[in-house]
Amino acid sequence: MTSTQISSTGTQSAGGDTHVSVQDLRKTYGSFAAVDGITFDIERGETFALLGPNGAGKSTTIEILEGYRDRTSGTASVLGVDPQHGGIDWKSRLGIVLQSTGESGNVSVQEQLSHFARLYPNPRDVDEVIAAVGLTEKAKTRIKSLSGGQRRRVDVALGVIGRPELLFLDEPTTGFDPEARREFWELIRSLKREGTTILLTTHYLDEAAQLSDRAGVIAGGKLIDIGKIDELGAADARIPVVRWTDQNGTHEERTLEPAGVVARLYASLGAEPQGLEVIRPSLEDIYLELVSAYEKTTDVKSTEKELS
Amino acid sequence: MNTIALGVDRARYETKIYFRQGDTIFFTFLFPIVMLSIFSVAFSSAGKYGTNPDGSGGITAAAFYLPGMIAAGILLSGIQNLAVDIAMERSDGTLKRLGGTPLPVVSYFIGKFGQVLVTSLLQIALLILIAHFAFGVALPTEAAKWGTLAWVYLLGITTSAVLGIALSRVPRTGKSATAVIIPIVLVLQFISGVYLQFSLLPTWLQNIASVFPLKWMAQGMRYVFLPDTFSKVEQGSTWNLGTIALVLAIWLVGGLIAARLTFRWIRKDS
Repeated sequence: MTSTQISSTGTQSAGGDTHVSVQDLRKTYGSFAAVDGITFDIERGETFALLGPNGAGKSTTIEILEGYRDRTSGTASVLGVDPQHGGIDWKSRLGIVLQSTGESGNVSVQEQLSHFARLYPNPRDVDEVIAAVGLTEKAKTRIKSLSGGQRRRVDVALGVIGRPELLFLDEPTTGFDPEARREFWELIRSLKREGTTILLTTHYLDEAAQLSDRAGVIAGGKLIDIGKIDELGAADARIPVVRWTDQNGTHEERTLEPAGVVARLYASLGAEPQGLEVIRPSLEDIYLELVSAYEKTTDVKSTEKELS
Repeated sequence: MNTIALGVDRARYETKIYFRQGDTIFFTFLFPIVMLSIFSVAFSSAGKYGTNPDGSGGITAAAFYLPGMIAAGILLSGIQNLAVDIAMERSDGTLKRLGGTPLPVVSYFIGKFGQVLVTSLLQIALLILIAHFAFGVALPTEAAKWGTLAWVYLLGITTSAVLGIALSRVPRTGKSATAVIIPIVLVLQFISGVYLQFSLLPTWLQNIASVFPLKWMAQGMRYVFLPDTFSKVEQGSTWNLGTIALVLAIWLVGGLIAARLTFRWIRKDS
C-alpha cells in the first residue's frame, strides 16, 4: 500500500479545522530515510496516535512537527504554520512533552511550573495542574528527588501549563505504574473535553485504544495503515474468535456471528461449554499483525534485490 | 509579559538555581576567594611587594593579589560559569524544553546575564570585604578609582558573559564541558597576572597574554587597588586605561557576533 492511497482513503481534509497537515513528509540522513513519505491530517479536537516499533520514524516525525528538526522534503503545517518557521506566538499555542530528559532538577515542582506558566499568555492555574498530575504532595519537592514516573508527570504538567491548542505527547507514560497510567488517561480525557488536539506516540496499545480517535501505524519510515481505532488492520484481522474447551482439547472458531456460534454450541452440547470466551482481537493483536506483515514484505523485497 | 520582564524573571530563577549547585559555588564563586586567602597566608612572611630601595613602603601579599583575584572572578563568573552551564543545558535537554516554549532567546540571555551580574557582584564584594577586614588591605579613597572599578568591571563582566555563551558551543557534550573550558581559563589566569606576577613573565608571553581580555581586566584592577608607583612595572610603564577599554570592547563585539551566529536551542539533526 502506498502513502497516496492511504491519504485518499484514511483522512478527510477540512480546511481551517485541520490542526496538523503533513504531505509526503521525508527526512533523510545520508542514504537512510528515517521518514519516507508520510501523509496524514489531524483535525481540531482530535486525538491521534502514531504507533510503530522503535526506530520506525515516530519521534522524527513528531520532532519535525514540533519545529525541532527540518524536513528534507514534503510539506507540513501545524496550526496553519510551517513548523520550520514557527515563531513565539505559534509556540505559545503548543504544548510539547518530549521523551524524557535528564535535567538537573534543582527546582521544586511548584517553582518550575510557576516559572513556565509565566512564559505563556494564558496559562492554567499552577496548583490545579499539579493536582491534575497527582503531585500535590510533592509540590515543594526538588524535581531531582522525584522518582522516574513522578518526573514524567512533571514533564506532562509542563506540557499542558500553557493551555495549548495542540499537545504533543511523545511516549508520555513510560515509567508509570498502572494506577498512574489510569490517572494520566483521565487527565488526557479532560484535556480532550476542553477541545485540545492531541498527537500521541506510545508503545502501549491499550493506551492508544483508550485515548485516541484515530491512529497511524509507522514502520520503516512509512505509514502502513491509518484510520479509526476500530477500523485499523485488514477486515479479517478484526473478526472475533469463540474459544471453548471439551474432552478433545481447546477449540477456536473465527466468526462474524459469535453469539450465533455460542447459541449453536449450547444447543448441541445441551450444557454450558467449558472455558467459553469470545475474544475480539485487541489493537495490540492487529498492530502486531500489521507490523509483521510489513516486515515480511520488506524482507521479501530486500531478498529479491539481493538476488537480482 | 514582555521580553525584558521575562528576562528579569529568568534572572531570578537562574540565580536561585546557581546557588543550589555545590560544584559551581566552589569552582566559580568561592575559588578566587579561596585562592586569595591561600596566597595571603602563604606569602605573608615573604616580605612586602614593591618596596623602596631602602626596604621601606610596599604592600602585603593580600593587597598585591587582590586585583588579580577580582579579575579572575570576573572571568570565572562570566566565561567558565556560562560556557559550562549552557553546554550542560544543551546536553541535558533544558534548552530543548525551553526551545519548545514561547520564551524569547533574548529573555533567556537577559536571564543568564542577570545571574552572572548578581553572582559576580556578590563575589567581588566578598573578595574586597575579606581582603579589607581579614587581611587589612587598604581600599582606594579617591572616587575616580571606584569609577574605574565600575567601568572595568561592567565591561569585563559583559565581555566574559558573551564569550561564555559563544564558548558553550565548543564542548560536544555536557560531560566534557568542564574538561574543555576549565583548562582554557586556567591557562589564561596563569599568563595574565592572576597567580604569577605579570611583570616577571618573559616579554613574548606577556605579548601573547595581551591578546586576551583577562590581562587587561587584571591591569585595570591593579590601577584601582595598587599604589600608583606600581605603574612603572606595567608594559610601557603606564596603566594604559584607554587600551584596556579598547581591547575589552573588541572582544565584546567579537563575542556578541559569535554568540549571535552560533546559539541554537538545540543541535539540529544531531
